[in-house]
Amino acid sequence: MSTMTTTAVSKTSVPLPNEPKPRFRDLCRMEWIKVASLRSTWLVLLVAAAATVFINLNGVRSDIQYLDNDLAHPTQVLPDGTVWHFVYNPLFRSLSRIAVQLMMLGGAAIGALTMFGEFSTGQVRTTFAAVPKRGGVVAAKITVLCTITTVLAFVVALVSFLGGQAMVASRHVGLSITDPDAQIAIAAYTLVVPVCALIGMLFGALIRNATASIVAVVAFLFLLPAFFGGDKYRWVVEVRHLFPDDAEQTLAFWHKDPYQTMGKWPAGHTHAWLVYAGWAVISIVVAMVVVKKRDA
Amino acid sequence: MIELTDLTKRYGDKTAVDHLTVTVRSGTVTGFLGPNGSGKSTTLRLILGLNAPSSGAVTVDGHPFTDRPRGLRHVGALLDAQDIHGGRSAVAHLKSLAVSNRIPLRRVGEVLEEVGLAEAGRKRIGGYSLGMKQRLGIAGALLGDPPVLLFDEPLNGLDPEGVRWVREMFQRLAKEGRTVFVSSHLMSEMEHTAERLVVIGRGHLIADETLSEFSRRGSQATVLVRTPEAAALAAILTAEGADVQPAAADSAADDDADADGDAGGLAVVGLPAPKIGELAWRNNIMLAELATQNASLEKAFMELTADAVEYAAGEAR
Ligand SMILES: Nc1ncnc2c1ncn2[C@@H]1O[C@H](COP(=O)(O)OP(=O)(O)OP(=O)(O)O)[C@@H](O)[C@H]1O
Ligand SMILES: [Mg+2]
Repeated sequence: MSTMTTTAVSKTSVPLPNEPKPRFRDLCRMEWIKVASLRSTWLVLLVAAAATVFINLNGVRSDIQYLDNDLAHPTQVLPDGTVWHFVYNPLFRSLSRIAVQLMMLGGAAIGALTMFGEFSTGQVRTTFAAVPKRGGVVAAKITVLCTITTVLAFVVALVSFLGGQAMVASRHVGLSITDPDAQIAIAAYTLVVPVCALIGMLFGALIRNATASIVAVVAFLFLLPAFFGGDKYRWVVEVRHLFPDDAEQTLAFWHKDPYQTMGKWPAGHTHAWLVYAGWAVISIVVAMVVVKKRDA
Repeated sequence: MIELTDLTKRYGDKTAVDHLTVTVRSGTVTGFLGPNGSGKSTTLRLILGLNAPSSGAVTVDGHPFTDRPRGLRHVGALLDAQDIHGGRSAVAHLKSLAVSNRIPLRRVGEVLEEVGLAEAGRKRIGGYSLGMKQRLGIAGALLGDPPVLLFDEPLNGLDPEGVRWVREMFQRLAKEGRTVFVSSHLMSEMEHTAERLVVIGRGHLIADETLSEFSRRGSQATVLVRTPEAAALAAILTAEGADVQPAAADSAADDDADADGDAGGLAVVGLPAPKIGELAWRNNIMLAELATQNASLEKAFMELTADAVEYAAGEAR
C-alpha cells in the first residue's frame, strides 16, 4: 500500500502491455452504477427529501394562520409590563431543524450503506478482486456519495427556502435569496448532509454490519449530543458545539430577532464551518485507513 | 502462474495457512484439496490480497496481485457465490465490474450468455438459486478474459449438467494456456477435473503432484469380503490384527461390489485377500465374495489428510 512513492523505484503498477490506462473516473462510474442500481438508496433519499420539504412548507403554512394576526398587532404589552415587538423569523420554519435532522439521518444511512452494503454481503471481496488498489475505490465512493447527497440536499434546501418565502411573500416578511443570512443558512442546510453521509460511511467501514452501523451513527449524531445539554459548564457547551447538528444550528441562526439568543457561550460561524470540515476530514482519513488495513 | 513462498496466515493464535510453498502452473487445471477448515479459502484470499499474509509472499505471474491497479484482466476469481449484493441485477453487477476495469460492456452480455444466465440477467440476484449465483460468479471471473483463474468450490449447488459444463470449461481454459486453480474438499469432484493436485491439511502442504502420482499414495489396499457369517469372520480377522469395517456402499471404489444384497459386506484393511480366504476356510466360513479393491484417490486423500490432522494435533501437545 505504498502509493506515496513517486520515483522510478516504485513498482506499484504493473499493467499488461495492451491494458488500458486505469482512470479514477472509471471507479466513480462503478460506484455510481452500484448506488444507482440499489432501490434502497433511492427510497431512503427520496423519502427523506420529500418528508423534509413537506415538513418545512407545512410549517410555514401553519405560521401563516397566526402571521396576519401578529402583523396586525405587532406590539404587545405582556402581563409583567414588558413591551414585545413581533418579528417574523423567515428561516425558522422554512429551513426547520427537525427537517434537516431527517436529511442528516438519510445522508448518514446512505453513507453507512455504501460501506456495510459491501462488507456485510461479501461484495467487497468481489470489488477488491476487480480493483486491488483499495484507496481508489474508497475515494470513488466518497466522490459519488458526496455528489449525490450534496445535490439532493441543495435541491431540498432551495425548494424549502424559496417555497417558504413565496408563501409569506404577500405579507412582506420573506427573505431574499440574495440575503447573506439566507445564503449561509442554505449552505449550512445543504452541506451538513454530505458531512453526515461521510460520518455514516465511517461507521459503516468500522462496524461493517447493517443494523449496528445505523444504530451507532444515529446514536452518535442525535443521542450523544443530548448528553451535553444545558449551559451550566462551559466545557459541556463547547463539547456540544463539536457536533454537526449544533454547527448547523449555529450557521442557520437568525440574528435579527432580538428576542432569540443562542444561549451562553455561542459558537461562531468559523467554528461551525470548521466542525463540518473536521468531521469530513476525520471520516475520510479514518475510513481510508481502516479499509486499507483490515482484511476484506 | 501462481507462486506461494513460505506463506503463513494467522488469525489470533489460529494458524490457518502454515508456511505454504507451492507453484501453481499454467496450462493445466490444478485441484486444491483439503478437509474443511484446512485453509483453502484463506489461501485464495491471500493470493488476491484480500487478506494480508502474516509472513511470506505470493505472486501472480511474477507480481503481487495488490500491485495491479485493476485486477480483472490479470486474475478472474470466484471465491464465494454469496460474495455479492443481492439487491442488484446480474447485469448491473457485471456492468459495475466491467466499467471499473475498462472492459467493453458487450462482454457483460457475452459472459452471461456463456454461463446460461442471459434470460435471468435483469432479475435481482437476491432471488437467484445457489447454482445461478455460482454461474454468475463464474461469469464475473471470465469477464476480463484473464490468464489466471481461481475458483473456490465452484461445483457447489450445480446440477449434473452444470458440473459437466464447468469441468469442460476448466479444461478448455487450461488448454488455452491459462492457470486454473480450483479448490474442493471432495476428492471425487477433482477426480475428473484436475490434472494436478495441491493437497493441504491444517494449513500444511501434504502433496503437490499429478493425479496419478497421488493415487499411488493410497497405502493399504482394502479387501472386500461378503459372507453370511459376517460377525464371526469379523471377530476372527480382528483377532489377526486387521481393521474390519462394515463395507460402506457409498465408497467411491466399490461400485463393482454392491451387487448382491443379503451377504454382509466387510471392508478389511491390513490382511491380504489370500490370507483372509485361508482364515475363512479354516474356520468353516463360507465366502460369497472376496475382492481386493484398488486404492482410490478418495482413500489416498482421506488417509493423507487424516495423518496430517493427527500429526498436527500431536505436535500441538
Ligand atoms: N477471518 C477469520 N478469522 C478467524 N479465523 C478464520 C478466518 N478465516 C478463516 N479462519 C480459520 O482458518 C481456518 C481455515 O479456514 P478456511 O476457510 O480457509 O478453510 P477451508 O479450507 O476453505 O475450509 P472449507 O472446506 O470448509 O471451505 C479455519 O479454522 C477457520 O476457522
Ligand atoms: Mg473454504
